[in-house]
Order: sequence, then structure tokens, then C-alpha cells
Amino acid sequence: MKIKALLLVVMSFCLVLSYAQHNHDHSHDHSGHSHDHSGHSHDHGDHAHGASATHAGGHHEANDYSRGDCGTPAKVIHHSEYDPSATAIHHVSDANVYTILEYTIPLPAIIYNKERGLEFFSTGKFHAGHHENGHYGYKDYVLYEGSIHRIACENFQPQEHFEVQGFDMQKVKDSKGKDIEKRYAIINGKGYVLEQRTIWDGGLLGGGMTSFYDLSITKNVVSMILVCLFLFFIFRKAAKAYAVRDGQAPSGIQSFLEPVFQFIRDDVAIPFIGDKHEKFLPLLMSIFFFILGLNLWGQVPFLGNVNVTGSLTVTMVLAILVFIITNINGKKDYWKHIFNMPGVPWFVKLILTPVELLGMFIKPLTLMLRLAGNITAGHIAILSFVGLIFIFGKSGQSMAGAGAGTAIAIPLTLFMMAIELIVAFVQAFVFTILTASYLGAAVEEHDDHH
Amino acid sequence: MTGTLAAIGAGIAVIGAGIGLGQIGGKSVEAIARQPEAAGDIRGAMILMAAFMEGAALIAILLAFFIK
Repeated sequence: MKIKALLLVVMSFCLVLSYAQHNHDHSHDHSGHSHDHSGHSHDHGDHAHGASATHAGGHHEANDYSRGDCGTPAKVIHHSEYDPSATAIHHVSDANVYTILEYTIPLPAIIYNKERGLEFFSTGKFHAGHHENGHYGYKDYVLYEGSIHRIACENFQPQEHFEVQGFDMQKVKDSKGKDIEKRYAIINGKGYVLEQRTIWDGGLLGGGMTSFYDLSITKNVVSMILVCLFLFFIFRKAAKAYAVRDGQAPSGIQSFLEPVFQFIRDDVAIPFIGDKHEKFLPLLMSIFFFILGLNLWGQVPFLGNVNVTGSLTVTMVLAILVFIITNINGKKDYWKHIFNMPGVPWFVKLILTPVELLGMFIKPLTLMLRLAGNITAGHIAILSFVGLIFIFGKSGQSMAGAGAGTAIAIPLTLFMMAIELIVAFVQAFVFTILTASYLGAAVEEHDDHH
Repeated sequence: MTGTLAAIGAGIAVIGAGIGLGQIGGKSVEAIARQPEAAGDIRGAMILMAAFMEGAALIAILLAFFIK
């Protein structure tokens, strides 16, 4: 018992240290990040922004990044201040490289742009260094915080290979007074502005669209492929075992899969869908195990801490699939209940029909937000607790503070990870049970007219 | 300023979610205590309701998160 407890403490210490190492690099490597954050107090408005934007040469409009910021002399400024929120956002984002501890694994990039068509290359060309920033550029692409960005300058000539001295980020206000973040690559002592890009939300929520489509095999895609292969492997093994050991008690992987399978069938599919559950059982099982597998994969320490099910893009695709399958299988009664609810007066229908119609779209929307929100929130909570080390330690300047921060961070992180383990199961279950209830409502046929 | 307001909004959403979860949890525990043989069904309904409510709270929190 004592040995187990000791092992747990040692493991958690290693985990926090590995996070710590990662974040340490971040705070040193990120020029401009915290610099702007300190100058960018929310209450000061334009004054502070004017001061922080001097480097960029004043204010610019949101999409007007192709002029004025190209080839301005700039140098890499090293700031040691730590920005917890930026770090957390970076760690829950998708990336074009897969970083495990100190090692960066390059991934294939598939990029389509209008001028040059499809391009295939390895992100190893960027020589990603500390905190997934590329030391080199390829054509007019650079790697900034793990994701491919394109230089938005007309006077920049695409080259096969060029050195990137560093990156810089400024927070400025656009013409509408909205905060935007402008990112620069510093090449030959000159700053070149990068296209606006937010990978965390796929550019849907204020990220801005880019002039190229990134169809790369990213960290999330790699994780999905690995988890799918793993699931395929264990289910195939279990299926074979059922064929071979027909009539006998389950053994090995069967013992784990069978109760879960039965739980989904008996407690989710049959009560909600009823007699037609057999048709939808494969869908429900796939959804459950896909989400569960990816949730757990994201929790494994030292494995890159991917946030696949916490990515809005992934959950959106899952939700759209559920939406399409639900509506394709919708019986007469389902549509009748939406457009022409039986048994209510006509003036109530005027209100009820739009609400029901809206509900049709809100259901997949909440499905999407719930999963992404829960998983991302868990990741951010863990990252914030680890961030305490750097807040107390003043980014490595105060050892005593860092020690105190570590002492607080380890139990909190362990606690959060234990909670997340439950959340991984609960969210996979909730997604499945809600899918089943929507499907049940769609295929239900009423005898009574209420 | 909008950031502060968004944070307050997220806090209010969490208060609502807390009340809701408390109601769901309390009532279902009462129900299970009254009828322990129906514990499985009650638990399923409880999780489903909690998920619905959590969805509403999460929309508020995510909106607060994205509105800067």
C-alpha cells in the first residue's frame, strides 16, 4: 500500500515536471506574448492599445493585414513573463506536429491554396523547436505554436528554405474596436505579418478564414486514427473469441467489453429506442467507444495530451452525423410533431412549430457543445493548476515560489485527473444516451392522438 | 470591460446550473431511498436530465469564453 502511494506521488511529480518543462520553454520563447498582455489591461481601452501597437506601426483593420506590416524592421524580444491563458489555449489546440515530452514528431501537411494548388510536405521542414515554433520556413508557410501559418505579404517571395528568427504577437484593435491578435514572423530582422488563424475553433468563432485550406494529418487526426485502429484490434479480437469460445464464459478482453456492450444495449438502446434498437446499435456502440477511447487517450500523461473530443470541429462532425441519421430515420409521427402537433389549437401551433423547428437544430448544437466544453474544461483546469507553478515561481525567477506552486499543483492536478477519468466515461455515456433518445423520438410511432 | 461582464455572466450561469444539479441530485437520491429497486431507472433519468441542464449552462459559459 505504501509502495503504491509512493509510486503515485513519484508519477505525479514526473507528470507535473514534464508539463513544467514544456511551459518553461513557452515563457522564454514567446516574445511579445506577455509583453502585450501586461500593456493590455481591459479597462484602459485605446490608450494601452496604442502603446502596445507601436511596434506594428499603429492600428490596422481586421483583414487589412497585407499592407503596412511587411518588411518592417523588428527584433525578437525575450520576455520572461508567463501568460497562463495563452498557454492553456495553446495546449488544448490542434497542431501540425505531435510533441511528446521533448521530442517533436513531424506530420504530413496537405495544403491547398488557389495559387499553387495542392501541396504535400512534411512539417519536419519547419524544424519545430521549443514550444512548437518552427526555426525554418517553407515556401511562404511558417510553423507558429504548432500550426501552419502563411505569411500575408505580397512583397515576400516564397522560398524553398529560409530561417525564421522568431515570432512576435501584438494585440491591437480593429476599426470596430474589437481586439485582434496579430502574429509576426521575424525573418532577416524584418517582421512579416501572418494571416489570422485560430485553429482551436476551426476559425468559426472570430478566428478568421485563411487563404489556404489546411487538410493536414494533424495531431488530432493521428490520435483518431490510432484510437480507431486500437478499437478495431480489440473488437476484432473479442469477436474472434466469441466465435471460438462459443457457449463458454468470456475471457480476456471479452470480460471488459461484454459488460459495457450489454450496458449500452440494455440501459441505453432498448429503453429509448425500443423494438428497433438493433438497427441503431452499431451506431450507438461506435459513438460510445470512439468518444470514450479518445477521451481516455487525451488523459494519458506524456502522450501529447491531445484534445480531440474537446475540439469543436470533431464534436460538430459527430453531432451533424447524429442530426442526419435522426432526420433520415424520422417517421411520419416525428415530422407531424414538429410541423403540426396534434391536439393543440392553431394559435398555439404558430408558436410551437417554430420552437420545435428550432429544437431540431438546438439538439445537435448542444450535443456538440456539451462534449467539447466538458473535455476542454477539464484540460484547461489541469493546465491552470500546473500554471500555478509559473505564477508563483515568476517563470523560474523564484525557486521558493515554484516549490510552493508545485506542492499545491500536484494534489490539485491529481484530483482533477481523477475527476476527468469519471468525466471521460460520463460524457461518452451522455452523448450515447442523448443520441439514443433523439433516435427514439424519431422512430417512435404513436397510436394515441393526444 | 466586456471581459469582466462575460466572467460575471459565466458565474451567474454556474449558479443556475448549481441549483439545477442540486435539485436533480437531491430528488433522485430521495427517490432511490424511497424505491431502491428502481435505482437503475432513476439513475439513468438523473444523468439524462443533468446532461440537458449542463448543456444549457455550457452554452452560457462558452459564450462567455468567446466574447472578449
